[in-house]
Amino acid sequence: MKAKLFDYVERHNAIYNLSGVTKLLCFLMLTAAVMFSYDIRAIAVIMVLSLVFLGMSQIQFRQIKLMLLYVLLFLVLNFILTFVFSPTYGTQIYGTEHVLFSIFGRYVVTSEQMLYQATKTLKYASVVPLGIIFFLSTNPSELAASINRAGVNYKAAFAFSLTLRYFPDLIRDYQDISAAQQCRGLDLSKKEKLGKRLKNILNITIPLIFSTLERIETISNTMDLRGFGKEKKRTWYAAKPMKGNDVFAISIAMLLLLGTVALSIFVNHSKFWNPFV
Amino acid sequence: MENSRKPVIEFRDFSFQYFSQADPTLHDINLTIYEGEKVLIVGPSGSGKSTLGNCINGLIPFSYPGEIKGCLTVCGIETATASIFALSQHVGTVLQDPDGQFIGLSVGEDIAFALENECVKQAEMKEIVQRAAAMVDMGGLLSASPFELSGGQKQRVSFAGVMVHEVEALLFDEPLANLDPATGKTAIDLIDRISLDYHKTVVIIEHRLEDVLYRHVDRIVVMSEGRIVADLSPDALMAADILTPLGIREPLYVTALKYAGVPVTEALHAGRIDTLDIAAVRDAIFDWDAAQPEREKKPAHEPILQATDLSYRYVQQRPILKNLSFSIEAGEMVSLVGTNGAGKSTLAKVITGICKDPEGKMLFRGEPMDDWTIHERSGKIGYVMQNPNQMICKSMIYDEVALGLKLRGLSEEEIKPRVEKALKICGLSPFRKWPISALSFGQKKRVTIASVLVLEPELIILDEPTAGQDYRHYTDIMEFLRQLNESGTTILLITHDMHLMLEYTPHAIVLHAGEILHDGTAVRALTSEQIATAASLKVTSLYELATRAGVADCEAFVQHFIDYERSTAR
Repeated sequence: MKAKLFDYVERHNAIYNLSGVTKLLCFLMLTAAVMFSYDIRAIAVIMVLSLVFLGMSQIQFRQIKLMLLYVLLFLVLNFILTFVFSPTYGTQIYGTEHVLFSIFGRYVVTSEQMLYQATKTLKYASVVPLGIIFFLSTNPSELAASINRAGVNYKAAFAFSLTLRYFPDLIRDYQDISAAQQCRGLDLSKKEKLGKRLKNILNITIPLIFSTLERIETISNTMDLRGFGKEKKRTWYAAKPMKGNDVFAISIAMLLLLGTVALSIFVNHSKFWNPFV
Repeated sequence: MENSRKPVIEFRDFSFQYFSQADPTLHDINLTIYEGEKVLIVGPSGSGKSTLGNCINGLIPFSYPGEIKGCLTVCGIETATASIFALSQHVGTVLQDPDGQFIGLSVGEDIAFALENECVKQAEMKEIVQRAAAMVDMGGLLSASPFELSGGQKQRVSFAGVMVHEVEALLFDEPLANLDPATGKTAIDLIDRISLDYHKTVVIIEHRLEDVLYRHVDRIVVMSEGRIVADLSPDALMAADILTPLGIREPLYVTALKYAGVPVTEALHAGRIDTLDIAAVRDAIFDWDAAQPEREKKPAHEPILQATDLSYRYVQQRPILKNLSFSIEAGEMVSLVGTNGAGKSTLAKVITGICKDPEGKMLFRGEPMDDWTIHERSGKIGYVMQNPNQMICKSMIYDEVALGLKLRGLSEEEIKPRVEKALKICGLSPFRKWPISALSFGQKKRVTIASVLVLEPELIILDEPTAGQDYRHYTDIMEFLRQLNESGTTILLITHDMHLMLEYTPHAIVLHAGEILHDGTAVRALTSEQIATAASLKVTSLYELATRAGVADCEAFVQHFIDYERSTAR
């Protein structure tokens, strides 16, 4: 069985052909923009654009179905809980109160609260397609290189690549160990009580840790022997060189970030856009 | 001539002691390896041969600190003070575990790893990688991921990874340990080709002597207890009586010559079977062969495990096992062989019930076992994994062996005598109160076997029971299994080891691409080119000896050898 952490499918289109570092920088800049601003108009623009980019990337819906479901669940839960815990936060921010209808006690639905919550939900939602684009349209080989070129120390960036490399091995070890323990009478099926099952899983974890430690020794020896950590920098075989498209994409992301910030400073004079005064 | 050669590796009165150990691991090593030489270092486990290798590549003292006495220079660099990075420019090391040392997410990245660390520009890097990959015939697979490669291919990639530098010396630490015999043969061929074509100095550390001697080697250095005990040409080493007392296995054909009463001298050129002076030994071989009695076949027992038209596939995949029909008799010792992916492990998983609902029929002592759960099967069929560290989950020996019974809810009074008995059978009684961490690999293996035996299974399946073991430990484990077998337990061994098949398992089942290629004697499987090639085995050197000598029935000759060894040598 080939268990891979990411199911990377090679495609050729405007998004896939961008260098990984470009996609990472754009992701970071647009995330910064939506996190900074509470202007739903600016966020909506980025939301629409990120959906357009997702469409352009030709990522299949079935690849991200599960992930989207979790995100949706999170957003709904977040929306409800925000209202439960601070139903009047919107009025505090905007300083006015336009009541739509009342539920009971302090739970009064106001336009201010709805705008605030809609803004917040959209903020989270607009980041998701960007994150999906970065992780699914970048060759796993290129991820570490991108993270390093975006400014992260290469040793930390390489740890990311090692995780991708050895995680499937770990899964396989787990399956093998679990099989062998079951042959000795370890019951992991649902027939066993939960407490006992957890204890049984521990019996798999211990050998897993020991065999992993063995593996780590080999890996670190190999890396030492082949000069890892010798220089302050390192080049990347799998890095995609920057081209015209990359400059163009980064420029757009930068303009969006600056635009959002400018909108807050010069038009709204606040992080919030207040249509109520 | 001798003096004009340039020394590449030079040990002078060299000793080494790990800080973590009470005594030195290497004593008074004096060894010079010259430019372009190909040297094999052999020795039993714990003889210090791996430590010697780690001194050459600089892992000692970089990763394993300790006290160095005397001096070691590699390509003119004094290793005690040099950095591992400087040394790696001169010595390329290929480690034992082809999977563990593959660090890249693709072939190209893994080969490029050292270059990346030196900040080589990408365009130049791609060129060098392409060239190094071509040297090991992996040029067409640069974008392949490690999950798609075989063990042999991964090893080639590691090999290319050290060839990106203009290294002067190549060091191979047990290159054959994780490979099947046929792939091992290819690896030795490749090392030979590279050393000749690119004039590299080569050091191979390995205990599988016969397999390395498939190609020419200039010298063999024999190590024991941290000292060099011999430094001879292969021909001279075969003539000297050094290997067997140290627990290193000499090539089988050399043993056969000795059985036939041939005095092995240097003049026989017995270092490799190709160079052996066959004319000088032909008569002795014929006489010996003719003098061997024909053995009677053992009477058949009732079958313990029968499979009819057994097929298995993982969900929505091509079938892994296709219509297997075979039968294992009670009291047999059977080997299950075949290449990686032939379906050996899947078959073991189907038998133990880990892989559920195969098609076809399986009978255990005549009873259909389709409805038996893993749990029910585990009382009758035991399964022992290859790596004991993957099975052991308690810190004390007694607890580990008792675990299976505790999980079955037996009382302490019932458990104790059964654990004691299992420990006794496995020769572990004196260690009963020991922590497992104090045991050697072979002893840990016995603990895992004891922890399965305690459930009193009638059939035990062992996955590669002797992998990575030197001849002495191999013999210990196998003789133990044979005794276990003679006391009535049926044993099925999944293995790549031809010696094991030949010497211990009269019956072999050879799988190829999910089908049974051969179900008969192990001798037949190892004397038939066709079966051996398909199953990635190697025809035994006994067969080659018999063929070269012109023995009429080579298969019978091999059988005679096994019978003779069984009856007299042990």
